[in-house]
Amino acid sequence: MELQRIQTIIDKEWAEVFKNRLVLFTVTLLPLLFTVLPLGLLFSMRSSGSISGDVADLPPSMLEACSQLAALDCFQIYIVNQFLVLYMMMPLFIPIAIAAYSVVGEKTTRSLEPLLATPISTEELLAGKSLAAVIPAIGATWAAFALFVAGALLIGVAPAVVANLLSPVWWAAVFVVGPLLSGVAVNIALIVSSRVSDPRAAEQIAGVVIVPLIAVLFGQLAGVIILNVQFMLIAIGVLAGLNVALIIAGARLFQREAILTKWK
Amino acid sequence: MINVESLTKEFPNKPQPLVAVDNLSFSVEEGEVFGFLGPNGAGKTTTVRMLCALIGPTRGRATINGLAVGRDDTAIRQTVGILTETPGMYDRLSAEKNLTIFARLYGVKDVTGQVQKYLRMLGLWERRLDEAGSFSKGMRQKLAIARALLHEPKVLFLDEPTSGLDPEAAKRVRDFIAELKTEGRTIFLCTHNLDEADRLCARIAIFKTRLLTVDTPANLRRRMFGRRVVFHLRLADDALAGAARQAPFVREVSRVDNKLVVTLDDPEADNPALVRLLVAAGAEVQFVGEVRHSLEDIYLQFIRETPTASEPVSAA
Repeated sequence: MELQRIQTIIDKEWAEVFKNRLVLFTVTLLPLLFTVLPLGLLFSMRSSGSISGDVADLPPSMLEACSQLAALDCFQIYIVNQFLVLYMMMPLFIPIAIAAYSVVGEKTTRSLEPLLATPISTEELLAGKSLAAVIPAIGATWAAFALFVAGALLIGVAPAVVANLLSPVWWAAVFVVGPLLSGVAVNIALIVSSRVSDPRAAEQIAGVVIVPLIAVLFGQLAGVIILNVQFMLIAIGVLAGLNVALIIAGARLFQREAILTKWK
Repeated sequence: MINVESLTKEFPNKPQPLVAVDNLSFSVEEGEVFGFLGPNGAGKTTTVRMLCALIGPTRGRATINGLAVGRDDTAIRQTVGILTETPGMYDRLSAEKNLTIFARLYGVKDVTGQVQKYLRMLGLWERRLDEAGSFSKGMRQKLAIARALLHEPKVLFLDEPTSGLDPEAAKRVRDFIAELKTEGRTIFLCTHNLDEADRLCARIAIFKTRLLTVDTPANLRRRMFGRRVVFHLRLADDALAGAARQAPFVREVSRVDNKLVVTLDDPEADNPALVRLLVAAGAEVQFVGEVRHSLEDIYLQFIRETPTASEPVSAA
């Protein structure tokens, strides 16, 4: 694998993708929304100084963690933790649109044939396209998280809430699980993109990747799934393995000949 | 430079595979401009894709500059330049950016220099910062030719380089190909434009799934129609036609008004003797010219004689 070729593909993808306002909108709006929304909730809770519900209604796992905390702090941690899944989802939403369009888009504009006629290998091409989709997503997620923590400190939330944000669970979610999920989503999107001939179909099929994560979100809300260190470690192991499998499968399923001769 | 032996490409299809290229064999010398002519769906693009190591052959062998298709594919892609049937540019990127990307992918050392060289050579320098999507069809085609040349390939495959261009743009592209010819590059030219092939190519292959013939345009004319010379006389009659028929090298004579149309094998050698013979027989020769058959006549004769094969759409 030649790094220069991978860099060239990344450069090309970014030059093209970021000229698309819709993609720029997706990359910036979602992280901003996921940052402003919890901050707004924290701010309003802190301003009112009261909570509208009963701490006893929180899931039992939450109650255990909150045993030493004031009711308001406990509620704030509970609210903040609901956004944990969204922070894991963020690097998944952003690159799907980029990656799904990546191969099929080149098919429809007929730019894939000259590209495949260069000495670039399938692995280099897929690595370039994956990284081009993953890097902005991870960058945006990390920037949003930094903004969220800074905002929380600025609002003056309780130290327990800040400590929760900087806990191993959050760090694992934002810095490891999120990027791994992003890799899984992008690899699936690329596989789909190289097998279909319509960009919209590629985007829709690749979007299905989000479904399991939505299940996690609802599982957490219902108190069935607890996002603790153990969960994160299992998720990291599974996702890392899935990424490796998808990279291998992606390279095998990307059949240059079929792509060139079967496109319409 | 290009050697092809029994190259065959079949595409999986039910109930039986579709044969796009059948048992194709030919060779192209270094520095030669080789014309590859055939109707739509004949398998020209499939052949080019196989020779550029984009798709693999089902059977047979092909080597490009000593590199074997199927074994040295990456090296082949580094050695050849290809102008694909459709330019396929990154429309949102500038002409310069488009070329820079490909120069880097081909591992060109002086990326800026090469990009500048070909943008200038093809008259696109002033528009280098404009998006490729804003270019006319002719400009896009020139940009695609520049892209194919960035890494100074030894072999250049041009698939319908003037297809869909207006006459002026087509002429510019054709003139540029003629310039490339002088640089000693081997050029494999797929075209529908028979006049273009006649002007540019040293040899021509006529192809319709199978190779129908390959030769120089002059030899093809000779083989198909012989060479015919027309003698314009002040007054032609049957006696003069009969006198011409007496010459041992004359194959056929016909009279049309005051013209004698004579079929010869070697007009350059036989014309002086024939002129002397006609003058001796009392003819007053006004001027002599060769009846030239167009390549189109030859092409159509070959294509019409070949039964239509069932070919896949993708083999176009």
